[in-house]
Amino acid sequence: MSAWKKHQIFETNSLILIVGIVIMIAIGGLVEIVPLYYLKSTIEKTEGMRPYTPLELVGRNIYVREGCYACHSQQIRPMRDELERYGNYSLAAESMYDRPFQWGSKRTGPDLARVGGKYSDEWQRDHLINPRSVSPTSVMPGYPFLMDAKLSTVEIENHLKVNAMYGVPYTEEQMANAKIDLMAQAQPDSDEAEGFEERYPDVLIRDFDGNPKAVTEMDALVAYLQMLGTLVDFSLYDEKANLR
Amino acid sequence: MAEHKKEIDQVTGIETTGHEWDGLKELNNPLPKWWLYIFYGSIIWSIAYWILMPSWPLVNGYTKGLLNYSQRAVATEEFDVAAAERAKVGEKLMEASLEEIRDTPALLEFAMAQGKVAFGDNCAPCHGTGATGFEGYPNLQDDSWIWGGDLDTLATTISYGVRAEHDETRFAEMPAFGRDELLEKDEIIQVSNYVGSVAGLPVQDGVDLEAGKVIFEENCASCHMENAKGDMETGSPNLTAPTYLYGKSVENIIAQVNAPRHGVMPAWIDRLGETTVKSLAVYVHSLGGGQ
Amino acid sequence: MGERKVRYLSLEEGGFSILLLAVAIFCLVIAGKTWDQVLAFHTGLIALASLAGIFFIFRRYFDGTSTPAPLEINGKPNYNMAPVKFATWASVFWGIAGFLVGVIIASQLAFPALNFDLPWINFGRLRPLHTSAVIFAFGGNVLLASSFYVVQRTCQARLPGTIAPWFVILGYNLFIVVAGTGYLLGVTQGKEYAEPEWYADWLLTVVWVAYLLTFLGSIWRRKESHIYVANWFYLAFIVTIAVLHLFNNASLPVSIYSTKSYIVWAGVQDAMVQWWYGHNAVGFFLTAGFLAIMYYFIPKRAERPVYSYRLSIVHFWALIFIYIWAGPHHLHYTSLPQWASTLGMTFSIILWMPSWGGMINGLMTLSGAWDKLRTDPVLRMMVVSVAFYGMSTFEGPLMSIRAVNGLSHYTDWTVGHVHAGALGWVGYISFGALYCLVPWLYNKKSLYSLRLVNWHFWVSTLGIVFYICSMWVSGIMQGLMWRAYDSLGFLEYSFIETVDAMYPFYVMRAFGGLLFLTGAFIMAYNLVMTVRVGEASESEAAGQPAMAPAE
Ligand code: HEC
Ligand code: HEC
Ligand code: HEC
Ligand code: HEM
Ligand code: HEM
Ligand SMILES: [Ca+2]
Ligand SMILES: [Ca+2]
Ligand SMILES: [Cu+2]
Repeated sequence: MSAWKKHQIFETNSLILIVGIVIMIAIGGLVEIVPLYYLKSTIEKTEGMRPYTPLELVGRNIYVREGCYACHSQQIRPMRDELERYGNYSLAAESMYDRPFQWGSKRTGPDLARVGGKYSDEWQRDHLINPRSVSPTSVMPGYPFLMDAKLSTVEIENHLKVNAMYGVPYTEEQMANAKIDLMAQAQPDSDEAEGFEERYPDVLIRDFDGNPKAVTEMDALVAYLQMLGTLVDFSLYDEKANLR
Repeated sequence: MAEHKKEIDQVTGIETTGHEWDGLKELNNPLPKWWLYIFYGSIIWSIAYWILMPSWPLVNGYTKGLLNYSQRAVATEEFDVAAAERAKVGEKLMEASLEEIRDTPALLEFAMAQGKVAFGDNCAPCHGTGATGFEGYPNLQDDSWIWGGDLDTLATTISYGVRAEHDETRFAEMPAFGRDELLEKDEIIQVSNYVGSVAGLPVQDGVDLEAGKVIFEENCASCHMENAKGDMETGSPNLTAPTYLYGKSVENIIAQVNAPRHGVMPAWIDRLGETTVKSLAVYVHSLGGGQ
Repeated sequence: MGERKVRYLSLEEGGFSILLLAVAIFCLVIAGKTWDQVLAFHTGLIALASLAGIFFIFRRYFDGTSTPAPLEINGKPNYNMAPVKFATWASVFWGIAGFLVGVIIASQLAFPALNFDLPWINFGRLRPLHTSAVIFAFGGNVLLASSFYVVQRTCQARLPGTIAPWFVILGYNLFIVVAGTGYLLGVTQGKEYAEPEWYADWLLTVVWVAYLLTFLGSIWRRKESHIYVANWFYLAFIVTIAVLHLFNNASLPVSIYSTKSYIVWAGVQDAMVQWWYGHNAVGFFLTAGFLAIMYYFIPKRAERPVYSYRLSIVHFWALIFIYIWAGPHHLHYTSLPQWASTLGMTFSIILWMPSWGGMINGLMTLSGAWDKLRTDPVLRMMVVSVAFYGMSTFEGPLMSIRAVNGLSHYTDWTVGHVHAGALGWVGYISFGALYCLVPWLYNKKSLYSLRLVNWHFWVSTLGIVFYICSMWVSGIMQGLMWRAYDSLGFLEYSFIETVDAMYPFYVMRAFGGLLFLTGAFIMAYNLVMTVRVGEASESEAAGQPAMAPAE
């Protein structure tokens, strides 16, 4: 009986009740979240991860804006069937620059973690404009409006700066040239393409949307899709060292 | 108001706690036993699980658990075992010629099964689930080929793709006669109508086909050959074929001569591996149009 | 009356005026300078609402109608029910809107032409609109209405302030409008159940602090020394949602002239924070909050005491302590380290009984009153709701087991589980509460029609059955097809074949949703008619004593 009596302190004092609640809900969160920041095993050692180029970053934001994550995961699980279908399981390192992460929670469509390079730009464009033109039974919405939407360059430097504040390794030069680089990556024949290539070596520079006259949201989204899962060099990845 | 008397609930005979809120009271029933036991049980089960599996984070590591279990290791192992099992047949497949595969049911069955699912997840998006293609993506069921339909050629095309991101990719580009101003507008119309006439298409009125023929011989025949039947060596399509990649009409021909499309077929060797590519070649070959 | 006019502005009136003025100025500056049309629209809207708020405060002041209402009239508490009424109708409205969008997105998955190739109404934008509309707009308004009602009644104390309760209710609904129109216009943070962007998050933060204080204010005025169990749950819900909201939305805007922000957490840590949030949005919004509703409305309607005080204590503390740990069950087999996934799984299993503690207390409260289920469809709805709660909190721990989750994750099974909880538990307990509240708030003897409640019950139950069963079948089928191998060890199905197989189930689900929506329309009609033609109760005679002279 007396143990139950002690509980009365919570029932009769709202502030003590609140303090009790806060303590109870603090513990689990702290134990699960804080170690992810200090344990070295959380993020695997890999070669090849780099920050997104401005065009890819903007493409990613379009991906988020259109809610592609509602149907597509970007997370290949370590299970035999997923390895067979999609390739190497996803590493934590592969999303280390992802704000927000886009692992998804529903697969109405296939996983996209390694879709980069799987199809041609032309296919990506055809498919996004009208998925049923290439996949007749697809239930994916069409996004023809991306072809007509000119890419906005407003404040793109700030997009890089905010990420840099969080520790994403953008160089001063990359931040200063963000606006130029945003356009240059989709204009391989422009004068700026060269400077872009110096600032971002080994990156695809193409007219992704098949319309050389304009840099559109389609350019950005396809540029993003085409680099998904292509960064980590798995020939240098030590699987045994990163088991957990 | 604050003090209430504990009372006995008439229906159940259980005592209340003596408080009342807006007419609501509480009985002071004990915790149900079964409830408590399952609760304890779930805790004990969890403790056992923690002892066996990776679970609690520490200052510089985490408890690895007695089983030393890692889902990544298990998945890789399962995958490797399955792959090794398949490799037994797979290795034989790699060495076999088309005839041998045809004559060995085990090899054929293997290649068809592997080819079918790889095709569904990787090729069907472009070439269609029935492999009949879409505009811009060739039909793999008919017997007209751009690069060739025998087993080795198919395997090469699939491995390295066409105009793809691979050092050994197949490469063929047709000049942009209109965009790059290699031919006049009239000339393009003439040559396109000529090609149309060779392909048996209705041609536009009042076009000088003879002039078109001359232009064709001077500009196109080097790749598509005199008879316009194309050249698989250089990946120049047959212009008399029943279907065209980009649509069979004089308008489409004009568009192509003006600025060719240069569709891309990705390279698959790195993504899918040799055996799967060979199976795919067998699978595609079996679709009906194989040479 | 004359001398009232010379009264100084009260601290509350002055404080809110300054707050609203500051908000209005801040928003107007942004609206004027931004290049982002959506931000201009939203900040303009918030500024307009703030200025309207100031206008009403001062109009009341100069009218002389702003004297604080007496706390008691003739020794009986003088409850403040007008904001409760507003939130009640808001929840009816948002419920129908949210279910409608649910039916639309369900149909889009069956018939993709319904996306019409437009940006504003494509599936990816409407889906968050649906989840937010049903959880935060519908569920949130039910929670606001019921919590303000319950806290007043169980403390026998009027809500503090005259402006604060309105600020909470109207501010919250303004947040909903800003968030919802934002999704349609492509403004989203891209984190499930936390899609609103930074400025909407700030708005909600301010409103939520006011909510906590207003709620506490009533508790501090309580007549009964002990706080009723429903109010423990409301408090846990309010406090925890505040904490979750702050951490999961910790972001920096690109600039204050841009709708776009970047979250501080990245990758694997962001995933963990997100599902710590996401799971506990379920635990504290959809569970603790609605358990609070259960703890008031079921005993009230059944006219029986709560089954066990001791069970209340144990399951309350166990529930809130353990829930927090369970988040990683949304991240099984991902690149979240496996140790975290283990904790998520084991704590989810331990969570089973604390969850069922609520179910037992709800169901057993009916002991001695089971016969009422035959005559009172409202009570029946609430009891079935508790049964659904029991079912989904059994299914949840089951799905948390790593091996089971390996199959269910990413499939429609999850969606089926969600809607067992959402339609069955959250939906039905809310409908029950609304059916109770409207007659009580408007001093009506009873509902306009119990037969219509019966119809609502059966139509929507059929809808739920269609929904959940089709999703179980399609989910498990999808999961099995993904991992099916042929005799040679190759995958049996390509992905698109699994998409094709979903079609009949997507149609069935849409049909089930349509039935559920129909039920909600029946309810709305019944509630409106209750107010319009219902017979006035002779005060204490009706189920609930009527003693709340309106404002
Ligand atoms: C309603 C659900 C839905 C939405 C929303 C959706 N998709 Fe899809 N997606 C699908 C389905 C189903 C498929 C498989 C059939 C097909 O290829 O169209 C697919 C396939 C794809 C593929 C091909 C993947 C592969 O490996 O074959 C890509 C790439 C893709 N989607 C990108 C996107 C992008 C980018 C967006 C957002 C702008 C998006 N999807 C939105 C359902 C969706
Ligand atoms: C991104 C779209 C795309 C995908 C995916 C794709 N292909 Fe292709 N494929 C093409 C295009 C475009 C061509 C025509 C290239 C050309 O113009 O020469 C082609 C050509 C071919 C050819 C040569 C046809 C001929 O007439 O010589 C074969 C064989 C082929 N593909 C097989 C496959 C197989 C097998 C796969 C899957 C592993 C596949 N393709 C995936 C786009 C694609
Ligand atoms: C340097 C080689 C070359 C020359 C010269 C050339 N072509 Fe081509 N042609 C190609 C190649 C390679 C393709 C396939 C390219 C593609 O997929 O866009 C092609 C494709 C075509 C097609 C589309 C076939 C289809 O299936 O849709 C037409 C029509 C065509 N050529 C007509 C012509 C005409 C007319 C001329 C001369 C005016 C010409 N070509 C000159 C190499 C050539
Ligand atoms: C008419 C009734 C409803 C219909 C037709 C409906 C339909 C849908 C559909 C089609 C989805 C998307 C599933 C997918 O992506 O495959 C969905 C998701 C969701 N709905 Fe509903 N819904 C309804 C009512 C509700 C209610 C009342 C709630 C909550 C109180 C709710 C909460 C959710 C949640 C949380 C999700 C996201 C699930 C997830 O991400 O796994 N829904 N709904
Ligand atoms: C003991 C209680 C519960 C447990 C342990 C539990 C567990 C789970 C699990 C394992 C998933 C699947 C995660 C995944 O694979 O992605 C899930 C999803 C979900 N559950 Fe529960 N569940 C419980 C109760 C409830 C209740 C009562 C609701 C109420 C409405 C609910 C709402 C949801 C939602 C909305 C999701 C979808 C999240 C998403 O992916 O978007 N759950 N739950
Ligand atoms: Ca989800
Ligand atoms: Ca372009
Ligand atoms: Cu959960």
